[in-house]
This record gives sequence, C-alpha cells and structure tokens, in this order.
Amino acid sequence: MKGHPHSKWSLPRPPLEWRVGISWIILFLCALPLQGEQISSQGDSILERSHRFLTLSDESVRMVLLGTILMGLSCGVMGGLVVTRRLSLFGDTLSHAVLPGVAVGFLWSQSKDSWAILVGATVAGFLGVALISLLRKTSRIRQDSALGLVLSGFYALGICMLTRIQKMEFGNQSGIDKYLFGQVVGLSSSDLWTMAFSCLLILTLTILLYKELLVAGFDSEYARSIGLPVDFLQYLLWLLLAFAVITSLQVVGVVLVSALLVIPAATASLITDKMRAILIWSAMLGCMAGATGAFLSFLGNQLPTGPIIVLVSAVFFLWALFFHPQNGLLFKWLAARNRNQRIALENTLKAVYQELESINFQEETTSVSQLAKRRRIGMPQAHRETDALVARQYATVHPVEDKLAAPPRPTLISLTPKGWGTACRIVRNHRLWELYLTNEARYAPDHVHDDAEKIEHVLGEETVRRIERILSNPKKDPHGKLIPSQQDIDRGFIA
Amino acid sequence: MNPPDSKPLEIHDLTVAYHRKPVLYGIDLEIGEGTLTGIIGPNGAGKSTLIKTIMGMVPSNGGWIRIFGKPAKKSFARVGYVPQRESVDWDFPVSVLDVVLMGRYGHVGWLKRVGKKDRSIACECLEKVNMLPFADRQIGKLSGGQQQRVFLARALAQESDLYLMDEPLAGVDAVTEKTIIELLRDLRNQGKTLLVVHHDLSTAKEYFDQLILLNMRLVAVGEVEKTFTRDLLQKTYGGRLTIFTEVAGQSAGVKEYDKETHPS
Repeated sequence: MKGHPHSKWSLPRPPLEWRVGISWIILFLCALPLQGEQISSQGDSILERSHRFLTLSDESVRMVLLGTILMGLSCGVMGGLVVTRRLSLFGDTLSHAVLPGVAVGFLWSQSKDSWAILVGATVAGFLGVALISLLRKTSRIRQDSALGLVLSGFYALGICMLTRIQKMEFGNQSGIDKYLFGQVVGLSSSDLWTMAFSCLLILTLTILLYKELLVAGFDSEYARSIGLPVDFLQYLLWLLLAFAVITSLQVVGVVLVSALLVIPAATASLITDKMRAILIWSAMLGCMAGATGAFLSFLGNQLPTGPIIVLVSAVFFLWALFFHPQNGLLFKWLAARNRNQRIALENTLKAVYQELESINFQEETTSVSQLAKRRRIGMPQAHRETDALVARQYATVHPVEDKLAAPPRPTLISLTPKGWGTACRIVRNHRLWELYLTNEARYAPDHVHDDAEKIEHVLGEETVRRIERILSNPKKDPHGKLIPSQQDIDRGFIA
Repeated sequence: MNPPDSKPLEIHDLTVAYHRKPVLYGIDLEIGEGTLTGIIGPNGAGKSTLIKTIMGMVPSNGGWIRIFGKPAKKSFARVGYVPQRESVDWDFPVSVLDVVLMGRYGHVGWLKRVGKKDRSIACECLEKVNMLPFADRQIGKLSGGQQQRVFLARALAQESDLYLMDEPLAGVDAVTEKTIIELLRDLRNQGKTLLVVHHDLSTAKEYFDQLILLNMRLVAVGEVEKTFTRDLLQKTYGGRLTIFTEVAGQSAGVKEYDKETHPS
C-alpha cells in the first residue's frame, strides 16, 4: 500500500492496451482471407485483389487507404475528446449542421473545391453551435431539444440546397451527392491534402493543449479559476471537431460520420479509464477500422466503404464489450458463473454438515433424501448437487447396505477430508459472523442469519483470524451451536 | 511579501444578480492575512455566489473586488479555488494523481508538460491528505470524502496565498472532516488566508477564527466571539426580510439603480 507512485510513473509500464491491440491486428489479418473467400464470386480472383491492395500498387488504392486512415485518426482523436465530455450528440448535430455550408462552398467556388467547402462548412457548423447556445440562453428550450432542432433544420436546408445544385449545369458531374452517403473513390488529391492538413492540426493541438483540454473537460470552473480561457478552448474544440467531420463527409457521408466519432471512443473507454490511453486507443481503432473497411470494400467490389468502416468499428466495439480481459462481459459472466457454482457447492456441503450435526456426528454418512429435506429441494435436484460434490471430490457416495430397504435403495453420502474441511470452514464462517454481528455490532440474534448466509462465502481466512481474535476464540455461536475449530478440521471429526 | 495595506481580499459594495434575482446586495468585506474565515448563512444566501464572483465566474452588477491590492483577474495566480464536489463529472477519465497535478498547471504554464518536480509536489500533497495509495485510481472510484480530499490536495499543490473553498466539508465523514480542518489550520499557520463556505452551524464556532454571516446582504463579519451571537444568527437565519427581497428583485434587472434606495 505504501509504494511510492514516483517510481511507478517513471518506469515505462508495459501497457496492456498495446498487447491487446496487437493481438487484434493479428487476429484480423488471420480472419481476412476467410472473409475474402466468401465474396470472391465477382470479377478477378480474391487473391489478385488482396495482392493489389496490400502491395499498394494501385494509385486509387493508395488514395483510398490514406483517406480512410486520416479520417480514422482525426475522428478517433476528436471522438475521444468529445465522448469523454458527454458531447457525442454535439458531434452528430455538427455533422448535419455543416451540410448547408458544403452547398454554399460549392456554389462559391462553382466546383468541388475542397478548401472552399471546408471554409463554408466550418462557418455553417459554427452557426449551428452558436444557435444552440443562443437557444439555451434566451429561451426555455433544453439542450437536447436545441440539438435536435438545429440538427434537423440544418440538414433539411442542406439537402434542399444540394438537390438544387445538382440540377444546375455545373452540378451534375460534380459528385456532390457523395456528401450525403459518402464515396471514398471520389477522393481527389486536393481532398487528401485538406484531410492531411486538418488531421495534422488536430493532432498538433491535441498534443500541445493536452493538459489544458484535460482540466477544462474535467472541471471547467477550476480551469477558469487558474486563468484558462475555457470558452476559447471550447470553441477550439468545436473548430477541430468541425474539421474532422467535414473532411470525413466524403468518405462516410453526413449520416454515418458521427458513428466514427462515437464508436472508436466508446470502445476505447471500455478498454481503459485514462484520458491519454483513451485518445491513443480511439485513434488507433479509428485507423484500423478505416484501413480494414477500405480493404474489405475493395475485396467486395460493390460494397460501400463508409458503412463497411462503421461496421468494422462496431465489430471492434462488440469485441471489447465481450472479450476485454478485465471489463469484458464474457469474463464477467464466467466469473459470476464460477462464483455461483462455488456458492451452490458450499451450500450443499453446509447442509451435509448440519445433517451430520443433527445426529451428533454419531455416523459419518447421511442420505440424499435427508439432504433434500434439509435443503428443501426435490430428489432430482438433491442428486444433481450430490453428483457435483462427488465430481469435485468433496464427497463419496455408496448405496445403503441394508438389504431390507426397498428399491430404489437410498444413496448415502460421506464427506472426503477435503469436503469436511470446506464444510467446517463455511459453517464456522457463518457462525462466527453471526456471533460478531450480535456481540460487536449489537444486532438481535434473530436478525443475523440472512446476512451470514451471504458473508460465509466471501469471508477470507485473514478476516476470520481477526474476528476470532476480537471475539477471543469463541466456542459457540449466538444460538448455542458449536463453531468448528481448526483442530476439528484437521482431525476430520468433531470431538 | 505584500505592502502592508494590500489585504488578501477586499470587497466594496458588491452586488450580484442571477436571472434578475438579486443574490448578493451591497457587500463590503475586508479579510486579513493568515485568517481562517467561515462563510455561513441559510440556503440560497449567496455563499457560493460570493466565492464564484470573487473568482470572476459570475459577473457582478456593481462594486469592486481586490485581491492582494490588485484587480481580481490579475491575482488569480495567487488564489486557489476548491469548487463544490457536485460541479464536476466524476466519470471523466482522470486518475487521482492527474487531478492533483492540475493544481500545478498554473505554475507550469501553457504548452509545457508537468515535470518531475510537479509530480513529487503532487505526491507530497496526496500524502498529506492520506490519499497517496489511491494515486493511480480513476477519480470516480472513490468515496465522497476521498474525492473531497483529492480536491484539497489539488488546492495544496497550487501553493496559493488565498484559498476560496466551496463547502469542502459537505458530505464527508467525521474522520475526514477532522483531517481537513487540521489541514486548513496548518495552512493558516503558514500565513495563508482561507475563506471556507460552511453549512454546519454547530461546528462553525469551533472551526473558524472569523465568520462572515451572509443572507443576500452581509449581516456581520468579524471574530467568532463577536459574530457567533444569538442576535446576529437570528438576523441571518431568521425569516427573510420580505420587503427587502421584493424591492431588490425589482431593481436588480435595472443596471443603474439608485444607490440611496437600498438599505446599507
């Protein structure tokens, strides 16, 4: 407990996240050929396609891959910043709110000029954000309603404008409809430059302003009190978020871009609870989803890249949800199942002990039917529990020797030394805890049984020693029953 | 360190309104160096608002505030602020040590990263509040009293001269309360000035050197013996001055109100 965290911090810890990350990559590489075979019916062979993709010999492949990776990186980092601040819905709203700006940028430049569109869309995004805070300040509209209002209003406006533009003379060959659903093959080199610029800006500012963003996100009042311009940081965050969203629009489209903000970041926060690690994980997952999605959609020929990327992120998320070594639901479920099985076993053992106690340990065996009676369960259940004891070598069974008994002859249970020890310990825990509650915590003796029923399974040996010391090695519980001692356990019977 | 005339905190005729409702009205205050002062008053008396106004988080509608003889904004580097526990998101992915390191951010400055020295100061501060074993834990996985102690460690790491604390004893158990009060007294003995919003009248007399009795207006300020009296407490906690509240409510929305009309 007294370990000094300095030393802990200065040592480079081998981070678990990296090991998990690497194992994922390997797993995906293994899984890829399998998935490839399933969609190999079209065009040239799947091997040929994978070869073309993996060697990056194709110009368009290189551009698509670069685009999706840049997008995954930008959206991953921004998503990490936004999701930890509980602003996921803001990302969604912003992605819809920029659409009229895309149209205006298009009209302004009379072509699909990515810089003009970036500027136009950023301005529209800011108008949206400003409108949200204006609504909140001047009216009784709450945040969620304001978000919904701006999201749908701007989106509708954007669609109207884009539809109109498509009908204009310069509009039809522009591919501006790609902004709605996204199409990665339409990426031009100027698009890529815009993406690279915005990605670089996001990474640089996030790294440089890491601690400022951290404190402003956690405790804005305190951040203000040390003189940080919290509002400025907030607007900077919107700006970067707008950049990430706008540059991703062409790849995944307006509707799905928020998925790329939310899913990698949500996955990352399942994996770790440190900000730095969340940002790194989220960026990595974004990149991996982007690259894997691009690859899969290339193999599939007809598959749309954007939705595939989102699906891959979702698979990552599910993976983390179920299979994360510490927080995964699968492992939690397995642990809970183990614990429940152990408790069930211990309860059976306790019942056997109590049966033996009821005949003052005159005999070393009891029958399954006695067990069923004491546990208040049916015979089949009692047999199952007995079998579980036998399977774990807690007990042995043999048919009754009395030849006169009518068939089916009752089965007798006797405890092995291991079973005896465990049964004694559980009974001891139960009775000690009852005594502790009545003597030390001043509970009435009729109030302590239910609590002890739970505690008996979790009480550690060390706690038992402490309780024994506090109660000065008691012999009997509040109801006058004997508490099995260590000698009883060692001897194998109660003296 | 300071010229003798520059008190840690001076407030003159401060008025604050929230949504046209007055919260503070014509407050005059002077706090001497090296004192431990409690701010007490009923719910809604404006205790937190007073502290937030001093920190510039709530705009004032009149009057002025000086910290160490300078306008408040210029002295923030010397002021440590401990917000109410409810004001932050405890699920945020920061560790205990991260939070205490935030106390060093004011010293580190923009764009730079916290150094080894800052880390060791942060660890010392954690040790002082007995939270060092939890340094690596996510901040939400602590009890309320432990969270409050982490906040206090962050304030210690700031190494400020004036501390403003918003209910640091709210929702903590008796043992933690004792630890915190000991720490506050230590700070005072080092010559620091502390202003602490406090909600528990029964302990106010014992904990503080000075009291500020507040209920929208300043009822009294001064040493505990002179202010913790039946009469003054009655004035602070006894029935609201209804006419005062109504009239003040009408005038608070008006920017340039006539100073003569409000009682002082």
